[in-house]
Amino acid sequence: MPDLLIELFSEEIPARMQKRASEDLQKLVTNGLVEAGLTYASAAAFSTPRRLVLTVEGLLGESPTTREERKGPKADAPEKAIEGFLRGAGLSRDQVEERETPKGNVLFAVIEKPGRPAADIIAEVLENTVRTFPWPKSMRWGGGALKWVRPLQSILCILADEAGHSVVPLDVDGIASGDVTRGHRFMAPDPFSVTSFEDYSVKLKRAHVVLDPAERAEAIWNDATNMAFASGLEVVEDAGLLAEVAGLVEWPVVLMGRIGDDFLELPPEVLQTSMKEHQKFFSVRSTKTGRIERFVTVANRETADQGATILAGNEKVLSARLADAKFFWENDLRVAKDDMSVWTQALENVTFHNKLGSQADRIERIAALARELASVVGADPDQAEEAARLAKADLSSEMVYEFPELQGLMGRYYIAASGRDDAIAAAAQEHYSPLGPSDDVPTAPVSVAVALADKLDTLTGFWAIDEKPTGSKDPFALRRAALGVIRLVLENRVRVPLGQWIFMRLARTNVHIEFTSKKYSTDEVSKLVEQVDPELAGQFRNSAFQQRYDHYVTGATLKDSEAKSIDLLTFFHDRLKVYLRDQGIRHDIIDACISIPDGAPAVATPNNDDLTLLVKRAKALNESLSTDDGENLIQGFKRANNILTQAEDADGVEYSYGADVKFAETDEERTLFAALDEAEAKIAPAMETQDFTIAMSAMAKLRTPIDAFFEAVQINADNQTIRRNRLNLLSRIRTLCLSVADLTKIEG
Amino acid sequence: MSDTPQTPRSFQEIILRLQTYWAGKGCAVLQPYDMEVGAGTFHPATTLRSLGTNPWSAAYVQPSRRPTDGRYGENPNRLQHYYQYQVLIKPSPPDLQELYLGSLEAIGIDMALHDIRFVEDDWESPTLGAWGLGWEVWCDGMEVSQFTYFQQVGGHDCHPVSGELTYGLERLAMYVLGVDHVMDMPFNDPDAGIALSYGDIFKQTEEEYARWNFDVANTDVLLRQFEEAEAECQKILSLAAEDPKTGKRIVMAHPAYDQCIKASHMFNLLDARGVISVTERQAYIGRVRALAKQCADAFVQTRAGGWSPEASA
Repeated sequence: MPDLLIELFSEEIPARMQKRASEDLQKLVTNGLVEAGLTYASAAAFSTPRRLVLTVEGLLGESPTTREERKGPKADAPEKAIEGFLRGAGLSRDQVEERETPKGNVLFAVIEKPGRPAADIIAEVLENTVRTFPWPKSMRWGGGALKWVRPLQSILCILADEAGHSVVPLDVDGIASGDVTRGHRFMAPDPFSVTSFEDYSVKLKRAHVVLDPAERAEAIWNDATNMAFASGLEVVEDAGLLAEVAGLVEWPVVLMGRIGDDFLELPPEVLQTSMKEHQKFFSVRSTKTGRIERFVTVANRETADQGATILAGNEKVLSARLADAKFFWENDLRVAKDDMSVWTQALENVTFHNKLGSQADRIERIAALARELASVVGADPDQAEEAARLAKADLSSEMVYEFPELQGLMGRYYIAASGRDDAIAAAAQEHYSPLGPSDDVPTAPVSVAVALADKLDTLTGFWAIDEKPTGSKDPFALRRAALGVIRLVLENRVRVPLGQWIFMRLARTNVHIEFTSKKYSTDEVSKLVEQVDPELAGQFRNSAFQQRYDHYVTGATLKDSEAKSIDLLTFFHDRLKVYLRDQGIRHDIIDACISIPDGAPAVATPNNDDLTLLVKRAKALNESLSTDDGENLIQGFKRANNILTQAEDADGVEYSYGADVKFAETDEERTLFAALDEAEAKIAPAMETQDFTIAMSAMAKLRTPIDAFFEAVQINADNQTIRRNRLNLLSRIRTLCLSVADLTKIEG
Repeated sequence: MSDTPQTPRSFQEIILRLQTYWAGKGCAVLQPYDMEVGAGTFHPATTLRSLGTNPWSAAYVQPSRRPTDGRYGENPNRLQHYYQYQVLIKPSPPDLQELYLGSLEAIGIDMALHDIRFVEDDWESPTLGAWGLGWEVWCDGMEVSQFTYFQQVGGHDCHPVSGELTYGLERLAMYVLGVDHVMDMPFNDPDAGIALSYGDIFKQTEEEYARWNFDVANTDVLLRQFEEAEAECQKILSLAAEDPKTGKRIVMAHPAYDQCIKASHMFNLLDARGVISVTERQAYIGRVRALAKQCADAFVQTRAGGWSPEASA
């Protein structure tokens, strides 16, 4: 059984693509071989910056002969049918058999495919693989039409067994296969031939190429940590960087260098980001102070001077880079200490969205909202407003222009440097959070106020201009923003009537857009927006703008804002369901607590727009429903509800009150009356005080009397008084249960 | 590697060695284009000549201007006016990487002591409607060149593909010469009777241009010039191929492209003056790109761009 070795040798493959490419090579070639009948014992793929390598062991020497029998039409079938069958089978009329069957004489084709030598199959499969390789980006070169990630220079493809090795002949656009490869670009550039995978690995290593990326990464990490340890330091772990660096070298040589003293006082994040992004250096820090003091770089070769020239060059480049960073840092600090007004003013010229104005406009809105939210989250309103005004100022800073990933963090440094309260500084960094379902949620009140204001402004703004996420498209990350609001609210137990807040913001934005598009002066617009804030709308009378106000605000704009806020609230509910599903709470339980009657227009109600309350109820209901009583109560409730609904439909009346214990005929009825009285007495005050667990368990206790009632009593008694009384009793069950949650929404 | 030449001693020696090297490899050594451009790629010897099927092989120095990079000559590495060395060979030869490495040796970089790396860097010029794949070339962690296989220019697929090499001359020379501040770099032979440093020649101009670029340039004039260049470019390209005076077929791709270059530079100046907002930026870039595409369309209708009466018949 021969072994197959393939090497696709090219100009430097981007580090980030190598791993996936070696996996694709293995998958495409082995799948192709197996499809053609060539099975194998094992396979492995490797990559270096210049080569993709696949070794397949224990391959069949040739594919097995296959025999396929196809049943065709009857022998006396129309000529066309027979022709079609023959064409499909690739045979002539005299090559097919006629067999007797219960249905008459039928044609049968026996197609025998002789086995093919492995080399033929490999050549086909490999050529096809090269031509259709799924590179994320590929290119042409020279005068050719072939595409590869960078110019493909040679193809090594050999089959080897005990008897020796042979080249699998193939030619892809003038690149002929062979058994020759080359070593390290600089340390061993001469070509050499190989006879097997083992021979290949050994000779490669001798030619200063470590084939296995995992081996390179491990060598780099070991050398780096040892070197750091010897100096009483430690390497800052970075798996992504390690993988990338391992993809940039064939012969890793680890070197540790110094960072100029001038730069050691830069914030550690700046040092680390600059070294990583620009130079792909690892940061090395003191184990005692945590301060970053050195760097580790990985060269691709050994040199006679033990890397001294290389290291000196790298140190010099780093100094130039850090000199830039330091220049930015010092310039920025000057602006920061000078109150950052240059930065906030500069944001007036930066468009946030052409329908939603500049970044400065946006910050203005966020600041107003943060101020309003401050009292709700327990922050000082002045601090919250100031924090919001400064939170995005660093977007104008030189450092963030250079390293966008440092936004927020730099803001924190700069605001602190301006002498402001740490709560304001922290908000700059924390207001972007949470960025995902597992990211930390800020808890400091000022940060929470700004984070909520930022996200609510984004959501209401994009809702106002109809830029909602659709399907997989969410270019403004609005789902993430909504989840952020949900997590901020829930984890900080914030109590806000979300629907009302949304409506206020949306109406304001809508009116702003409306008036801007009508080309009123900025003054007019700002006055109007101020005036038409729905909060103040009630007091708004007899202004010069009354007419416009009436037209835009009480008219189409108000309706539009209402519709959009309801839509946005529903979007929040949908996000909430996704979020709670991951915590084991079913969507129907949340629906039951949102409790919007079917067909009714969805509106913000105290039940559904206070997310903290909503989730508290959902959790209590979830808990209650997971008990035996709770589960059975649902059945009892549904039964009561069904009978009642049917009777109401049939009689054309609503049975809503008037059940009287004096018309009760059985003990079970009387027991139910008593139980309902008792439950009502508990549930009403518990709901009032939002003690949902008490309310739910009081409700669940109804299970036994309800079950007993249905067991013993026939609702549709002949006596109409008794029947009405019983229906009214069912109505009490329905009303009481619905006061806790809309149990009709519960599935199953 | 055995006969690695001696380390050069001046900025101009590095340029001269590159010229000699690439001339020796068969390139036509051209002169800089006589207009303000942001990079060597804008030279029609690259932009236009990378289009069409005719073979091409050229190398040249191109003074380049990036008004926003001005630092009054104070930053050791940043200049608003600097030099690029540009090589364009079409079709890209199979040994272009080796040819390139040879050029580094020619300017005194000893391959046995330095760490040369090809690090992914895909090139895209939104203003030229062009892109290609390649690398930035690192020498001991420093980017010394851009290496690109052009895939598309002016919206046209490149067939055949050109290989483009761009050397940032100041940075490369500072490294080779071991200079820390660009202004300290010897421009001519440091032992010459009148030895001139880079700063002797350019410190003052960096100051002058930085002031003008950032604070003085009349934005109304720049804007008008942008619009005039745009209009002129479009007018040139709207004319019929046949010249009514000579009766010859003369497609004026180059004069039109000059106007495109001019518009691009005006945009860069406006940008440095800080009067272009982020959204407007995209619109301006789009307008320049539209011109570049039309110029490319025109160039492929010329003989140099591969047009022939036979082929078009």
